[in-house]
Amino acid sequence: MSAARPLLLGLLLLIGLTVLPPEARAERISEIKKTTFAESAARFFTLRDPSLRNALIGSVLMGISCGLLGSFLVVRKLALMGDALSHAVLPGVAFGFLWNMSKDPIAIFVGATVAGLLGAGTVHLIRSTTKHKEDAALGFVLASFFALGVCVITMLNNLPNAQKSGLDKFMFGQAAALGDQDVVLMAVVTALVISVLAIGFKAFALTSFDAGFASAIGFPTQLIHYTLMLLLAFSIVVSLQAVGVVLVSAMLITPAAAAFLLTDRLKPMLALSALFGMAAGAIGSFLSFVGNDMPTGPLMVLAGSAVFAVALLFGPRHGIVARWLRQRSRSGRTRRENTLKALYHVLERREFKGDDVSIRELAEQRRETEVEAKQLARELVRHRLATTNDSGEALYLTPAGWQRACEIVRNHRVWELYLTNDAQYAADHVHDDAEKVEHILGEETVREIEKRLNYATHDPHGKLIPGLADLNAAPFSGRRGARATGYGAHS
Amino acid sequence: MSLIPPFDFQRVFVEPWAEGGALHGWILAMAVLVGMACGLVGNYLLLRRMALIGDAISHSVLPGLVLAFMLAHSRHIGVMFAGALAAGLVTVFLIEFIHKKSRVKPDAAICITFTTLFAIGVVLTSLIDKGGLHIDAECILYGEIAFVPLEPPVKILGRALGPQPVLQMLGVTAGVVVLIVLFYKELLASSFDPGLTASLGFNVTAMHYGLMAALSIVVVSAFEAVGAIMVVAMLIIPGMTAAQLSDHLATRHWLVGVHSILSGLLGLHLSVWLNCSMAGAMVLTGAGFFVLAWLFSPSQGMIHRWRRPDAPGDTVSQFQ
Repeated sequence: MSAARPLLLGLLLLIGLTVLPPEARAERISEIKKTTFAESAARFFTLRDPSLRNALIGSVLMGISCGLLGSFLVVRKLALMGDALSHAVLPGVAFGFLWNMSKDPIAIFVGATVAGLLGAGTVHLIRSTTKHKEDAALGFVLASFFALGVCVITMLNNLPNAQKSGLDKFMFGQAAALGDQDVVLMAVVTALVISVLAIGFKAFALTSFDAGFASAIGFPTQLIHYTLMLLLAFSIVVSLQAVGVVLVSAMLITPAAAAFLLTDRLKPMLALSALFGMAAGAIGSFLSFVGNDMPTGPLMVLAGSAVFAVALLFGPRHGIVARWLRQRSRSGRTRRENTLKALYHVLERREFKGDDVSIRELAEQRRETEVEAKQLARELVRHRLATTNDSGEALYLTPAGWQRACEIVRNHRVWELYLTNDAQYAADHVHDDAEKVEHILGEETVREIEKRLNYATHDPHGKLIPGLADLNAAPFSGRRGARATGYGAHS
Repeated sequence: MSLIPPFDFQRVFVEPWAEGGALHGWILAMAVLVGMACGLVGNYLLLRRMALIGDAISHSVLPGLVLAFMLAHSRHIGVMFAGALAAGLVTVFLIEFIHKKSRVKPDAAICITFTTLFAIGVVLTSLIDKGGLHIDAECILYGEIAFVPLEPPVKILGRALGPQPVLQMLGVTAGVVVLIVLFYKELLASSFDPGLTASLGFNVTAMHYGLMAALSIVVVSAFEAVGAIMVVAMLIIPGMTAAQLSDHLATRHWLVGVHSILSGLLGLHLSVWLNCSMAGAMVLTGAGFFVLAWLFSPSQGMIHRWRRPDAPGDTVSQFQ
């Protein structure tokens, strides 16, 4: 998988950073609170504090694994499964803590993974044995598992010897509380996620897009689904410390959805999603650091949402702004083509005598005011489809304008003829349809239709269809004069 | 293990009512009212397959509350309701916007919208000076139903009626009941067949937004008591349990009432026994009732299905 290679390199680099000797000592981030923004920023970027380094590496690792898995959730429409699972692991965290009354990463990891899988299993069980829909099953698992976790945690907090369990940090995340062991675990999980996805990429991609086909050609779709859920549970569990139970789902979905808006292919989507996840993680832990110990999770989520908002608005192909501009340019082109058509009609009505069209004539043809007609004329001039005389009262088509006008009228009339002759429309029902189609018919389609119509020369209303020769002729080169000509009329 | 205290009937079931009976009475009243209001609205959410919209709105009322408080510098009930309504509408609008204007699917749009709004809310709560606003991480996560009786009481004509949140919840529940009685037919029809309802001349869009508004108001009233996440449980678990037992909407409404009373009462005692979060214990009890209904429901329980695998399906039984 080519997209994974740069990620893997970055990962190795980050793991390498952990073995550098620490230069400054601060056991907890809160001890270095009283500094200015610049100092904290400098501290952050030089990575001198071991706890800070852990926080940053942890967030970045989390961004990678969540981003990769989240892409599959987004394309499989399982976004809310991520949400449900991330809440469902909470009792597992609490029971893992109960194992030997300490925040042993391994015990918590095992407990939370088991709880996550139980949650996924319960969703499946409710779906298959009751008539409740997926949303209800997900909501049930989310809320009842979370309530169980809350109960156990509050019971733990009431025990005399567990006052400082620190389990509250699992709710909203505190990347600064990541220990060395946590980071190692995160690195292992991230490496596992990357390698499993790389090995089984074809299977994961195929089952994500066409599960029916995949199972028909013998892929074990159930196994693949549960492998994905297992990896998901793993990466949710290791992310808890950094981003918190409540908001892990955002780290899964938001970067992946942003990537989904930017590309149509799965591999680039995975790479972008991992990149966005990393960025969100790093920015979130940075803000949390300079913002005096604020919870990390919400800040990471907001960083991710900002990335998503930018992709949503300014994505080059699917972005809202790009779509709007495309639409606007399309409607502008349609308006200009309608003006050209009107000019052609004016000329046609006086049998192509003279080559100037006055603004008044244009306005009459379009049934608009002269001010509006003037504006349309200006637009044509701006696009070099026409020129005006000095007073601005008369309009002359340029060769390009003439050609386009002929094309539009030809498209219109050819389409009308096609509808009446081939599609058996009544002649008085074809105009509105042709009004729309004339702007989007391509040259090849027109050739095809002309062939089917045996190169007819007149439209259903008896008007001549402009031919190839008209298109290529310079406007009013003297040869025309009497009337517009269809195919064969020249020869 | 000392984590689970030994069960002592006297301590668990008698003492809460012998000592501090009024205290526990108000807590129970609040729990039952929250369960009823949420459950009644939840019945419609389940029918319309919008359970997770409830999840989204229950998260996004947080920024609504905080922003309303910051703007108005008051925690007057009207201000809070306005904030919640605005947040609910913004949530629904954003979800629609994202999935209509881009190719992001509705599930991802829901997830992105509510996590973003919720994150804004959490950051704001940790930034602002919360003079008088009882919202912090504890409350968001665990709910503070245990502190409900300590709220200042509402006084009418010099007589203290009861703690303000309980009376507020009573008003909201009564409002929900009245609305359901008034618009029972319209809500029923538009939940099952919006197309038919629209063709009969009812305003389906108004029904939808009305339901969303009711949901926001209910959620914001229940918010401080049970927290942002367990509101979801209050919304859907009673309805899911009722749906296991009956296919008739009116019967489901009654069952939701029974469910909220039972889970409130038993949850209260469970939390006294285990010394844990009251909201959590109530949700767990409610989930326990769902599991019971899931297994033993006479019409569609697992046992029933196992004994009669060829029993007529659920959809058929509705029409017989």
